[in-house]
Amino acid sequence: MIKTDVLIIGAGPTGLFCAHQLGIIGLKCEIVDNLDKIGGQCIELYPDKPIYDIPAIPKCTGEELTNSLIEQIKPFNINFHLSDRVQEIQKENENWRVKTLKGKEFSTPNIVIAGGVGSFEPRKFPTKSAEKFDGKSVLYSIKDKTIFKDKSVAIFGGGDSALDWAIELSKSSKVTLIHRRDEFRGAQSSVDKVKKLQKSNKLDIFTKYSIKDVKGNGKLESVEIKDDDGNSKLISTDYVLGFFGLIMQLGPILDWGLNIDKKTIPVNTETFETNKQGIFAIGDICTYPGKLKLILSGFHEGALAARGCFKYARPDEKLRFEFTTTSKAVQNRLGLKND
Amino acid sequence: MAKITYIEHGGQKHEIDVANGLTVMEGAVQNDIPGIDADCGGGMSCATCHVYVKEDWFPKLPNKETGEDDMLDQAYEPKANSRLSCQIIVSDELNGLVVHLPEKQA
Repeated sequence: MIKTDVLIIGAGPTGLFCAHQLGIIGLKCEIVDNLDKIGGQCIELYPDKPIYDIPAIPKCTGEELTNSLIEQIKPFNINFHLSDRVQEIQKENENWRVKTLKGKEFSTPNIVIAGGVGSFEPRKFPTKSAEKFDGKSVLYSIKDKTIFKDKSVAIFGGGDSALDWAIELSKSSKVTLIHRRDEFRGAQSSVDKVKKLQKSNKLDIFTKYSIKDVKGNGKLESVEIKDDDGNSKLISTDYVLGFFGLIMQLGPILDWGLNIDKKTIPVNTETFETNKQGIFAIGDICTYPGKLKLILSGFHEGALAARGCFKYARPDEKLRFEFTTTSKAVQNRLGLKND
Repeated sequence: MAKITYIEHGGQKHEIDVANGLTVMEGAVQNDIPGIDADCGGGMSCATCHVYVKEDWFPKLPNKETGEDDMLDQAYEPKANSRLSCQIIVSDELNGLVVHLPEKQA
């Protein structure tokens, strides 16, 4: 069991800056994120796209912004729990007891939800029949590629994941690559490579086709694909893989008794506390009159939520407002040497 | 201003006057039309404002910009007449536009 002043859900820019503000006022925090890396949407959706509206930074990419924030919170030695998701929360006296998917437990008076639009999950096939094979022979990520050896594999998608796996698995499996249009959005070198493999009959490609049905009684036998005109084709296969990118889902947050308004959580704009005491929401996931989904708004919200956490973490203390430029106490927390 | 008809997957019709300059996505979200999520807020980075444009309207819309088809690859059941509604900007010329909403966005 990990005891902390604040548990932050979400390691995007808002969560990171909130951690900074908590550090400045002397509170400890831990951060949990479902992705395997720090940065949230900035790193998952647009690492290379420039952002032009971070105050005092004329231009930076999502990755640069993330790296700068990581640098900025370094003095506070914050623990990250990546590739994990907060699953359950429960009130226990004055504290929240928090359990993650991987079985970690926290005890904390404050939870700050900085979860963006939810946690990233793989986008699945629309076909109902695919569900009963989900995780067995219909897969959206690959943990152990040896299971495909000498098997036939149908891969759906047109991005780098689909192309890279088609190339890799074609070495020892019978691969069929299926994509809904002629153009692939993956790297040109990978596109060239799959086309070359197709020419030498190392793999099959069907474009302008999408999934219609998966068939099999207990064991997956084939996948049916269709084109825009409704013509269909049956491909016998042992595995079906889908690489359609990630979607964002609120997931377990919906079960915590929080007020939810169109996938967002209403908060008061003084401390960004939700309808539950000690649970705060900041960034894209919170809503209030005039809310803007901008990173800069997330920073402001994080600063205020951090102050809101103080009264539950240090009920007997009074929080004094201090500037980083002049406060010795704050500078000590930042690890600066004072003369 | 353009009158835009949003038809939900279940058949429910919504006729909305949308001001020029807004996107078809914003027209839906601001009028609480269910079926358009727009998770990323109009940044062409999520594919949850996906619509099917009525066939006769599809060729009349300005062409897709680079990147829209890449996102549509990731939409729920994309078809030949699929567009991201955040990329369709409303003008007088779009008066009468009809879009069908998919069964779901994610």
